[in-house]
Amino acid sequence: MTLLNGTARSTARLAGAALRALIALTVLCGVLYPLAVTGIAQAAFPHQANGSEVRADGRTAGSALIGQTYTLDRKDKAGNPLPDPKYFQPRPSAAGTNTVNTQYKILVSGGSNLAADSTVLSGQIKDRRRQIAAFNGVAPGAVPPDAVTASGSGVDPDISPAYATLQVTRVARANGLPRAEVARLVEDHTDGRALGFLGEPHVNVLELNIALQALARR
Amino acid sequence: MSSELSAVLQLAALIGALALVYRPLGDYLAAVYRSGRHLRAERWIYRCVGADPDTAMRWPAYLRGVLAFSGVSVLFLYLLQRVQGGLPLSLGFSSITPAQAFNTAASFVSNTNWQSYAGEQAMGHVVQTAGLAVQNFLSAAVGIAVAIALVRGFARSRTGELGNFWADLVRTVVRVLIPLSVIAAVVLVACGAIQNFAGIHEVGQLTGGSRQLNGGAVASQEAIKEIGTNGGGFFNANSAFPFENPNAFTNLFEIFLILVIPFALTRTFGVLVGNVRQGYAILAAMGLIWLGFTALMMWTEFHHGGPALQAAGGAMEGKEQRFGVGASSIFATSTTLTSTGAVDAMHSSFTGFGGGIALLGMMLGEIAPGGVGSGLYGMLVMAVIAVFIAGLMVGRTPEYLGKKIGSREIKLAACYILVTPALALGFTAVSMVLSTPPDSILNTAGNATGHSGAHGFSEVLYAFTSGANNNGSAFAGLGANTDWYNTTIGLAMLLGRFLPMVFVLALAGSLAEQKPVPETAGTLRTEKPLFAGLLVGAVIIVTGLTYFPALALGPMAEGLS
Repeated sequence: MTLLNGTARSTARLAGAALRALIALTVLCGVLYPLAVTGIAQAAFPHQANGSEVRADGRTAGSALIGQTYTLDRKDKAGNPLPDPKYFQPRPSAAGTNTVNTQYKILVSGGSNLAADSTVLSGQIKDRRRQIAAFNGVAPGAVPPDAVTASGSGVDPDISPAYATLQVTRVARANGLPRAEVARLVEDHTDGRALGFLGEPHVNVLELNIALQALARR
Repeated sequence: MSSELSAVLQLAALIGALALVYRPLGDYLAAVYRSGRHLRAERWIYRCVGADPDTAMRWPAYLRGVLAFSGVSVLFLYLLQRVQGGLPLSLGFSSITPAQAFNTAASFVSNTNWQSYAGEQAMGHVVQTAGLAVQNFLSAAVGIAVAIALVRGFARSRTGELGNFWADLVRTVVRVLIPLSVIAAVVLVACGAIQNFAGIHEVGQLTGGSRQLNGGAVASQEAIKEIGTNGGGFFNANSAFPFENPNAFTNLFEIFLILVIPFALTRTFGVLVGNVRQGYAILAAMGLIWLGFTALMMWTEFHHGGPALQAAGGAMEGKEQRFGVGASSIFATSTTLTSTGAVDAMHSSFTGFGGGIALLGMMLGEIAPGGVGSGLYGMLVMAVIAVFIAGLMVGRTPEYLGKKIGSREIKLAACYILVTPALALGFTAVSMVLSTPPDSILNTAGNATGHSGAHGFSEVLYAFTSGANNNGSAFAGLGANTDWYNTTIGLAMLLGRFLPMVFVLALAGSLAEQKPVPETAGTLRTEKPLFAGLLVGAVIIVTGLTYFPALALGPMAEGLS
């Protein structure tokens, strides 16, 4: 019995030490560390630390890192808003809306998670290819992979240069702009691979559309 | 430049960067665990704990420290989530349900970071920074501490003493993880990762109106999430989300952070056992497997097999344009061959073979290079097995690093190796047999959407393999936020983390008690390339024999159909 008491007592002592260690380390890693990083970040890189927001016409036009939608008020038969021909269109998104804490209306990021052998995904890709080809007046075979697949985040800010180029004629016509000027805009907003070899070339859709808006208003 | 060439150059740059820091970081880590000095901050923590950091512990005491600390951590994290609804700075988010709170607490304390919740809609500032991110540090530190204890078991003789758990834990946090994380977090912010406490706020949109975006301490959490091979994302999309991983540079940088400590620990091991070439042999085995897996992954993803990806013309489903196929492939193998589980692309939408490679990476036991600490001790246990197999072949008592591998040692190593497959395959089998758990599968043949049954089986197998091996990545087609999956995956994570630690520490204790055997002409030279090759072979044979039938039912059936 005394042995058992001894065991219980030493277990309690150990648990107490563990709890105190946890509290001390929580203060260090969970309070001091994030506050220190926030302090440095807000002092040295306030633009990035607060979401890389970009402005147009004197008001915030969104975060350069988060993709947006450019749609009309009208909807198609399935109830999805129709794309606005005046703007460059982003990649498809499989992100959902929040299902808990619904006092907020936020996007829950993520991909479709559909498999490579999924007939649902095959169907989606074929539909998107047909729609994008018709919308832009190009052959279905010309539509690049990023245009017909949903991104991982659901808020991919970028499209491939190929998809941007494919949209030039339609965007130019809808805005009453010369095709060559819009094509030059895409060229100017194409970011090559970082350091020449990292990642893939891409076009930031928001920044391209801001420049397009400015061009159309001139 | 072609995408393929860019992928190869990124791989080369990554290897170059890892090679550059290998020696300095490995030597620094060795110095940390050999040091007799205590920093002022450390002394302050030891005073709080009420522990003497200079008391040497035998393996049962060391293990009790590990279990008590981790047990208290699970309880604390569980309670923190359960009371979230009443906490300030929690954005008015409600408390987490008991099953999900248990799952998440088990997940973060076991260094798994499986997430059955979506961070941006469920976890407020307090739970994210003072709960989840704290365990990103502490679970990593516990893993490294246990690895160092095993290394001491090899290095020491005629003593049972493995060092002091509290000292190893606190030093890892104070001298290693915090400094590295501060540097990494600042780099990430400079590149665009967010770091604020803005909560959920309205941001104007170009075509009018506004949208609600999350603010939060993302960069600070992202840094330790990768450095500690944790993987739990602030956002549901994890490192695919631009606020966590804004560009192609940060993407490669995050892969570097994932791999840097696990690889460098082989140097630390070499230094601590007094022969750096022993560390190089372990490094060679790890590096060979990692490189082979990465090359295979790139090949299959660029090849984009599968009807849907063929229709798209490229494997871009679930991938981000700024990363592309090549960088996403490197990330996927690096995260599943360590215990990280962070993703920059959705593994469920990879090609059938690509998903299988990710799955197989976890099934190897995450030892190439593996999680921080757990990768090293996992590979050292495999080295014990490899030495044993070699010993059987030549009919000699096996030895490793001057220690006899007797029946006690080999029993402990065998138990270690059996734990995770038993958990992964056992829970998968039960989940497939019961009536309701399969309802969570997104990609099934049976449901109205008409997917292959093979992929559906892979989703469940992936979930339990990920949990039992403490990875945390997901074939996210599985709707895992049910009481069944929250509870069983939670158990798989805890048992898959702490049972192996029991065997590792017992093994360490047994090794430390031995007196060293002198090296003779017949001793197997474990620092030679031949042994590295034997080790790779042992890893593949053991895993292959264990998991082949399950792999044949899932990814192989899908890849071949």
